[in-house]
Amino acid sequence: MSQDFRLDNIGMVNRNKKISFTFNGKKYFGYEGDTIASALIANGVHLVGRSFKYHRPRGFFGVGVDEPYAILQLERNNERDPNIRATEQEIFEGLEVKSVNCWPSVNFDIGAINNFLKMFFPAGFYYKTFMWPPSFWYKIYEPFIRMAAGFGEASIKHDKERYEHKYEYCDLLITGSGPSGLASAYAAAKNGARVILAEDKPRYGGSLLTSDVNIGNQTGAEWSEKIITELKSMSNVIVKNRSQVFGYYDHNMLVMSERISDHLPKTQKYLPKQRLWYIRAKEVLISSGSIERPLVFGNNDTPGVMLSSAAKEYIKVYGVLVGKKPLIFTNNDSGYETAIEFKKNGVNPLILDTRKEPSSDIITEAKNLGIEIKYSYVVVAAKGYKKVKSADIAKISDNKKDLSNIENIECDCICVSGFWTPSIHLASQSGNKSEFNEKIDAFIPKKSKQKENTIGSANGKFTLEETINEAFNKGYEVSNKITENNNKVSIPTVVEKKSTEHDKFWCVPLPKGKSYKRFLDFQNDVAVTDIELALREGFRSIEHVKRYTTLGMATDQGKTSNLNGLQLVSDIENKVVPQVGHTTFRPPYTPVSIGAIVGREVGKHSKPTRKSPMHEWHEKNNAVFVDAGVWLRPRYYKQGNETLFEASKREAKNVRKNVGVCDVTTLGKIDVKGPDAAEFLNRVYTNAWLKLPVGKARYGVMLREDGIVMDDGTTTRISENHYHMTTTTAQAANVLSHLEYYLQLVWPELNVNVVSTTEQWAGAAIAGPNSRALLMKLFPNTDVSNEALPFMGYKEADLFGIPAKIYRISFSGELAYEVNVESDYGNFMWEKIIEVGKEFQIQAYGTEALSTLRIEMGHVAGSELDGRTIPHDASLEGLVSKKKDFIGKRSLSRSAFTKPDREKIVGVVPLDKTTSIPEGSYIVKDPKAKLPNPKLGHVSASCWSVEYDNPFSLAIIKDGKNMIGQKLFAMSPLKNKTIPVEIVSSHYVDPEGKRVRA
Amino acid sequence: MLYIFCPHCGLRSQNEFAYGGDATVKRPELNKEISDQEWNNFVYLRKSPRGKHLELWHHISGCRQWIKVERDTSTHEIFKTYKADELTE
Ligand SMILES: [Zn+2]
Repeated sequence: MSQDFRLDNIGMVNRNKKISFTFNGKKYFGYEGDTIASALIANGVHLVGRSFKYHRPRGFFGVGVDEPYAILQLERNNERDPNIRATEQEIFEGLEVKSVNCWPSVNFDIGAINNFLKMFFPAGFYYKTFMWPPSFWYKIYEPFIRMAAGFGEASIKHDKERYEHKYEYCDLLITGSGPSGLASAYAAAKNGARVILAEDKPRYGGSLLTSDVNIGNQTGAEWSEKIITELKSMSNVIVKNRSQVFGYYDHNMLVMSERISDHLPKTQKYLPKQRLWYIRAKEVLISSGSIERPLVFGNNDTPGVMLSSAAKEYIKVYGVLVGKKPLIFTNNDSGYETAIEFKKNGVNPLILDTRKEPSSDIITEAKNLGIEIKYSYVVVAAKGYKKVKSADIAKISDNKKDLSNIENIECDCICVSGFWTPSIHLASQSGNKSEFNEKIDAFIPKKSKQKENTIGSANGKFTLEETINEAFNKGYEVSNKITENNNKVSIPTVVEKKSTEHDKFWCVPLPKGKSYKRFLDFQNDVAVTDIELALREGFRSIEHVKRYTTLGMATDQGKTSNLNGLQLVSDIENKVVPQVGHTTFRPPYTPVSIGAIVGREVGKHSKPTRKSPMHEWHEKNNAVFVDAGVWLRPRYYKQGNETLFEASKREAKNVRKNVGVCDVTTLGKIDVKGPDAAEFLNRVYTNAWLKLPVGKARYGVMLREDGIVMDDGTTTRISENHYHMTTTTAQAANVLSHLEYYLQLVWPELNVNVVSTTEQWAGAAIAGPNSRALLMKLFPNTDVSNEALPFMGYKEADLFGIPAKIYRISFSGELAYEVNVESDYGNFMWEKIIEVGKEFQIQAYGTEALSTLRIEMGHVAGSELDGRTIPHDASLEGLVSKKKDFIGKRSLSRSAFTKPDREKIVGVVPLDKTTSIPEGSYIVKDPKAKLPNPKLGHVSASCWSVEYDNPFSLAIIKDGKNMIGQKLFAMSPLKNKTIPVEIVSSHYVDPEGKRVRA
Repeated sequence: MLYIFCPHCGLRSQNEFAYGGDATVKRPELNKEISDQEWNNFVYLRKSPRGKHLELWHHISGCRQWIKVERDTSTHEIFKTYKADELTE
């Protein structure tokens, strides 16, 4: 297919490399360096989508980030990429894109009927139409809104692309590589500053690529090429294209998204798709340029109506004509520059200028080229449905209210220019309050709020000479604050054509008897009538008008619509624009993919995975792992075809009968050292610690100041001033912070240090009646008799040449020991225990068996100490000292914590001795009581008691102490189960605790 | 993301720190008889001022020291930071 709209001798695309792609299933070709937009326009395609609300035909309006229309769906590597802008996405071989928001096709869209029902879609229709009855929401309104609205369709598959995050620090970040960005980067880099220059487009140079100017005896494009080449060669400069700085956050943190391989056919294996840069900059120069402002007239959303600067860029950068019979509609000189480019490329434009008698260098040049110009003329309405075919034009009176001489003229595109709007988004995000500049009829940044300065046309400087001077000076000034090199480069001379003032006129009045839609927001279909209606209905604040009409709320965030909306509101209200004010600019400046935000933190990479030194042994022995915080712990060791239930029962039984070994490395361990360590522990724990002898361990409970149990564990006095504290796996980090808080801030007079030793020790719990016999073989030189090493005793011993620590503590309720060695010896210890333990029928056991053992013993764990329980609730009140003060003690005397029917832990056994009780079940008196059934408490943990071979649960219920012996019900609405149960003591096995002391 | 000057380590990004609440709250002394109301104020009641506020931050992924940070709660401006035992102005 021939490219009817491609020019032969102009543009920067690579004519030697043809690229084919498909749009809505049809094959087209373009050249390397084309965007989807430029390639489609070259092929004469202008209809690419349907609008959000009325499903009106949509073409191309711009040439970059401001594009409100050409939002397409991209398919690559069998993945869908929704809502990409055709004006930004570069084509690559095999690219497939399609239109969105239309059905069955972009040419025949059923939703376009909305266009004829627009009386039903006025401003605020979301609030008015979809109100009653509520039942309609689910079945009628929501599906309707979902079908009719929205753009692309996100993939629901796992995104296999790779996204990365990067942190960078620099002296100076410059956002945009137009004339001001290049000049300031050059000045700062030459002055020794570490500079990052970010450009969102593939090509550097911004407006220099399209404007007819001269810098230092070179064309703008040549000069920009020279500067960028030199910057790239400097080691103190990072230059990035396809990179959008989209957010300016606190303390000079800016975030940039770099599109690394979006323009490549297939992502390289080791190349990410996108990279998010977190940049902490000492200084920031915002050189993001300006966006051309549209003019508002009838049917100004028809495909073929576009910004005049876009038309110029399509010619100069891509060598593509947006039309062959162009109509230029302008209120300033920029339209003339576009007209001149058309003329130079053999196309005759017609200029309609709203001004009466303007004169300037540019206008003179246009006249000299023989371009036809009509002054005091406007476009009244575009004609044509899927593409502009003609336009109604008219002469406008001096007061801009009356139209005369209306006539229809043929044209195939209308290039509009309503002057320029500085892109102040980043400055505004930094906290800079903007001010309205009446000379340019737009907002520009005021005083710097953070370390930012705005330069160039983003700062309302619209001549190149001003821009270049300001940028060279600012680049030097801010860099010199940091480097103090005083190295100033000379500023090149600039030659440009002089322009004259713009006309303060943007919205063409309707001719009598006509009701053309005049659009302000092209993506959300907000028209002049919607703003008028909102104001009639009493909305005054611009923030309210915005939300009611959705003006500026589309994915383009009103880049082309905000100022025209404000102007209209001020005209109707007889105010000036600064009185109306503008809405808040929030990040991101352009849409950012979720993948880039998430980065590499997906799946298993969302948090670290910690493994014990014995992990490999567990793996080799068929351990099935479970996540315990960030740790991987063996849940059970599978033998043959065993289920979890069978395996954990076998393992737990073996502990009760013979001996088992469990990896307890994950337990939190904290060294507490110093002369005041005992006093500190005495304040931290609820029980007494001052008299614990060296070589003894003690179980302790610690509270938060509000009286709730924070954690529990044993702490052992290793020597006079040295304690070894253990915490639960889950609370280890919190407990350390808690201790540091009290030592550093509350009781700095205590001479104590704490440090985490969790990773320094590997731990094995050896539990069961055979455990002492096993220990005697493991430590033949150490006396481990009941007398020498009693319950809660501690000994240092030698394990086949390795120093080991033996703590006689028990979580399983059996005779048990915990052996610790330095982590590097963990595996050695484990293998020795297994090897020597063979003759005692040792088996490794996992967390599931561990749970079973502790539940039937009535030992509390995280499911009971769940952040809601005080010591009494967990039957730990015996550990609460009445004599001394400690953290949280004062809270325990609060009335809610002392009432007689306070919750308490109990045991629960099903009457049939066979039905397991789901964890989380409610305990109730009457299962048939009216809802909501008053609940006595909940089941916190359930197991299959290996001691009695029936189900057993722990529950925390109201007045638990007096409930023992009662017949109640466990109800699980989730599992739809009601189980008759008996309340028993929580100490189901060995209530006297004889075994641990055996 | 805030940029917090740790008096022990220097300027560090916010993601190395954990927020620790109002630094002006003082824990009642141990073994002191106090009313329910006073205790309640200490445990639960916190001011939420707009503007200058002295707050605690824990340099949890750094030196593990608790520090005091004088910050404007509406602009995030940080005026000064102090070591845990340093007297604040
Ligand atoms: Zn620090």
